[in-house]
Amino acid sequence: MTPDEFAYTAGFVKERSGLVLTRDKGYLLENRLMPVLRTHNLKSFSDLVARLRNGESALHAATIDAMMSKDTAFFRDWKPFVHFRTVVLPNLAVARGIKKSFRILCAGVSTGQEAYSLAMCVRDAPALEGWSVEIAGLDISASALKIADDACYSQFDIQRGLPIRTLLQHFTKEDDYWRLDPSLRALVKLQAWNVLDEMFPLGRFDVVLCRNVLVYLDLQTKLDVLQKLSRLLVDDGVLYLGLNETITGVSGNFRAVDADAGIYAAHRGTHPSALSLATKIETQRKTRRLFSTGALFRFASGAAFSQRRRLSSSRFRQLRFRAGHSRGPTRFRYSFRRRWPSPASCAACK
Amino acid sequence: MKRCMIVDDSRVIRRFAAKIVQDLGFETTEAEDGRQALQACRDQMPDAIVLDWEMPVMDGIAVTEELRRMPGGNRVAVIMCTVKNEPKSIQEALDVGADEYIMKPFDSEIVRTKFVLLGLIG
Repeated sequence: MTPDEFAYTAGFVKERSGLVLTRDKGYLLENRLMPVLRTHNLKSFSDLVARLRNGESALHAATIDAMMSKDTAFFRDWKPFVHFRTVVLPNLAVARGIKKSFRILCAGVSTGQEAYSLAMCVRDAPALEGWSVEIAGLDISASALKIADDACYSQFDIQRGLPIRTLLQHFTKEDDYWRLDPSLRALVKLQAWNVLDEMFPLGRFDVVLCRNVLVYLDLQTKLDVLQKLSRLLVDDGVLYLGLNETITGVSGNFRAVDADAGIYAAHRGTHPSALSLATKIETQRKTRRLFSTGALFRFASGAAFSQRRRLSSSRFRQLRFRAGHSRGPTRFRYSFRRRWPSPASCAACK
Repeated sequence: MKRCMIVDDSRVIRRFAAKIVQDLGFETTEAEDGRQALQACRDQMPDAIVLDWEMPVMDGIAVTEELRRMPGGNRVAVIMCTVKNEPKSIQEALDVGADEYIMKPFDSEIVRTKFVLLGLIG
C-alpha cells in the first residue's frame, strides 16, 4: 500500500467510523482489509482504493466492517461487572422501585458478550423479578451484530470470562457451540448504529457501557462521543469505560467512581455526588443525612430534579411517604437550594 | 509465592500449562497421575491444582474426591482441565468438588480468566 493509498483509506475510515490509524498501523490496515480484497475479487490495494473513491457503497460498508475490532469477552475485565451486580443493581432496585424498569445501553456491543453478561446479572438478581429491563446493543459492524444476534458461541469464546456454573445455567450445547438461553437473548435489542451519529432518538439510559471504544478515537471525537453519552445518561446514571480509557480531566460530564475499573458517574451540578447508582447504598445512607430531603426524595423515587417541580404537592408527599421519609426539616431544604446551582447555571451541565 | 500443581499424563500439556501459570506469578510443580498428585499434596498442599480428568492411574474425579477429604484439601482451588465438554461431565466434576472447568484445547487467556474468577490473581 503506497503512502497515498494509506492516507486515503485511513481518512475514509476515520470519517466514517472515527477510528484513527497512524502511519505505523499500516500492517493493521493491510491485515484487516485482505479478506475484503479476496471477497470482492480485487487484485491489489490500489484496486480497493480506486473503488472506494468511486463510491461503491457495498465496499464502503465491507471496509468499515473489516476495520472494526471485534475483540470482546463475557464479563470482560470482571471488575466492572462485579460493580454492576453488587452496587448498581441493588441501587436500581431501590431507586427505580416505583416504576420497576430501567434501561441499559451497550455502545460498541460487538459480538454481544458484554451485553449478555449484563443480561445474566439482571436475570440472576432476585429483587428484579418481574421488572421491565431493556438492554440496547449498538454496533457499526454488521458482521459482529450477526454473531450477537445468533447468540451462539464457540468453546473458546464461552471460556473467556464465563464462570463454569454460569455457562451451565444459561447455555445449551449444540454440537461444538454453546447457545444462550433465548429468554436472555430477548432482553437485548441489537441495532446497527454509529457512535458518531446522533444518539438522542434512542432515549435515556440508567447505565451506559461504552467499553474499549474511545481508545480508538482521537481527542475531539472522544469528547463529542462523551458529550452524546452524557446526554443519554440519567442524572444518577453510571458509565462504564474500558480499563485503559481514563477520562479524568478530559470530560467534565462524568465523575470518576473507580477510574482504574473504568467506572464513572454522571456529573450534574444539581446532583450530590453521593446520590448516584454508582455508589454503594450504605455510603449513600450515611451521606444522605447531610443532604436535603429533596435530594433524598429524588434518589428514592428515581425522579429527576425537573420532575419534582412538575409534581403536585399532594403527589410529592405521597411519593415521599412511599419512599419512607417523613417531612424533612425546613433548614435542610434551604441548604439544598443554596448549595447546588440550578442546571442552567452549572458549567458542567451546559 | 503461590503454588500451583499441574497434573496431566501428557508431558507436553504439563509444560504448556506450567508456562502459562508461571507467567501468572505462580510457582509450579508437576505430577503425571492422580496418585503422584495426592502424594505431593500430603507433603505440601498447593494453592491451586490444574487437573486432567482421564489419567492412567487414578482419574481427576477420584483425585478431587480424595483431596476434599484430606486436611486442608478444601482450601485448594481445583480446576478440572479435560477434553470432556458435555454439560453432564461438567456437572459431575462440579458435584465432586471442582471449582472451575477448562475444556481442552485451551490458551493462556482461558487459564488467566479461570484464575481471576477463583480470586487467585487480581
